[in-house]
Amino acid sequence: MSVSSPASDVARDKAPRRQARRDAPRGSAAARAWADWKETHRLWRLGVRLGWLDIRLRYRGSALGPFWLTITSALMVASMGVLYSRLFHMQLATYLPFLSLSLTLWAAGLSSLIQESCTCFLDAEDMVRSVQLPLLLYAVRVVVRNAIVFAHNIIVPLGVFALYHLWPGMNAILAIPALLLWALDGFAACMLFGSLCARFRDISPIIGAFLQIVFYVTPIIWMPQQLGAKASLLLYNPFYPLLEIVRAPLLGHVPSFQLWAIALGVSAVFWAIAVRSFIRTRARLVFWL
Amino acid sequence: MAHIRLEDISLSFPVLHGNSRSLKKTLLARAKSTMTAKTGAVGGRMRVSGNSTDVVEVQALINVSFTISEGERVGLVGHNGAGKSTLLRVLAGIYETGEGLLDIEGDTHALIDPSAGMNRELTGRENIQLFACRMGMSRMAALELEQDVETFSDLGAFFDLPVRLYSSGMSVRLGFALATVPRPRILLMDEWFMAGDQKFQDKAKARLEGMVDAAEILVVTSHALTVLREWCTRIIWMESGEIRMDGPTDDVLDAYEAAVALTPA
Repeated sequence: MSVSSPASDVARDKAPRRQARRDAPRGSAAARAWADWKETHRLWRLGVRLGWLDIRLRYRGSALGPFWLTITSALMVASMGVLYSRLFHMQLATYLPFLSLSLTLWAAGLSSLIQESCTCFLDAEDMVRSVQLPLLLYAVRVVVRNAIVFAHNIIVPLGVFALYHLWPGMNAILAIPALLLWALDGFAACMLFGSLCARFRDISPIIGAFLQIVFYVTPIIWMPQQLGAKASLLLYNPFYPLLEIVRAPLLGHVPSFQLWAIALGVSAVFWAIAVRSFIRTRARLVFWL
Repeated sequence: MAHIRLEDISLSFPVLHGNSRSLKKTLLARAKSTMTAKTGAVGGRMRVSGNSTDVVEVQALINVSFTISEGERVGLVGHNGAGKSTLLRVLAGIYETGEGLLDIEGDTHALIDPSAGMNRELTGRENIQLFACRMGMSRMAALELEQDVETFSDLGAFFDLPVRLYSSGMSVRLGFALATVPRPRILLMDEWFMAGDQKFQDKAKARLEGMVDAAEILVVTSHALTVLREWCTRIIWMESGEIRMDGPTDDVLDAYEAAVALTPA
């Protein structure tokens, strides 16, 4: 058959042949999870591509594409800014930059990362069941997808900053390691919530409701200073340090060492739980989808 | 030397539905069962553990052992639900088994589902690019692949439309063209490749034969016994997750046909 031969030869010559799978799925559960990670690492390009495709598909056929996100969050910030600066008796010039940044960091950052991690494996059901790919690849996909959405949304607070002639200065660079920590935590969230939500379908709405509560008890639309002397209580809310290590640098401040220490500690514990749960659930996950 | 060796492979998996998907109901049921302390294991092929959460465990494979060495063309036969596809998925590494020994030497490629790994929202062309990325192909190789698949699948204008708009025959053509690109040492094949219209069937057959010839080991499931007689050197007959018979093609298929003729449909 002449038509079938060219690419077949190409595939044989140029594509790296997959490794012989000798006893690959054997060994302890931890070793297999590690193998999953190594394979994910090898295929990271595919993970990134899947994340990009998700975004492209979501906005296919709309002229503005992902910038719809920017517009909706701009509208949200504008309307809430005017309303809450009144309620809180604050100057719009000080409140609006704070609010626009906080809302974006929460809605397009932490909250969306956690919420989407729940459907990490459920969304990929067809692929998981028919193609042998490492599971953590789908976690890479979720993190990449969220990073892209985040990049589109961060334009809104930057615009507000420009409007009020604010400039965070060089301190803003400190937000970069903090955002990387978010990405890592998002990856862990996929390992933990992704598998739990596949097994128990009611966990996803529970997490959604939980995030709603967190939104109000974390200084997102209100400022920590408004609590006055009780502000130290905020340190017991793990979302506060996580948010603050990104927000403070972007507002021109240097987050305290204590905040970073708590954020790192919380992340380490979260990672430990997530890795443990992933090791335990990985092999069974495909049957839960 | 490519080979497959299975020793005492068993696999059971939960069939989750309704209440067993709910965390709340599962926790409540667990609390209830610890209080009433019900003991006694239930045996059998399909067992229900617990009462109110209804987790049905399906024993899909029971102590399956065999060795396939290089050059063998193995067919899997059996009724629906006999464990053929499950076994194929185990060999492909999609399902992992806790017990037994699984030793596979050589790269495997599984043709399990014509739309395997395809995104229905993407166009045919984009799916090919995605596939190339999965296979780790270079840009040039991906372009050649794209042309080859475009010619072979013969989808015309549909090639640049989302796969969800395709008729089932069209998706099979695209899926088939893609799935038959790799040249693995171990080829695992489910029976879907028999689909498509007559004209496509002839084209498909030639392409598939090329792939099968290149493979060192072929494992194929099918209900089309004539195809199996033509292709296979050995047949494994599965029944309720166990191997009922394993031997040369004609011996096993004759016995299988006799058994099928005996049991009323």
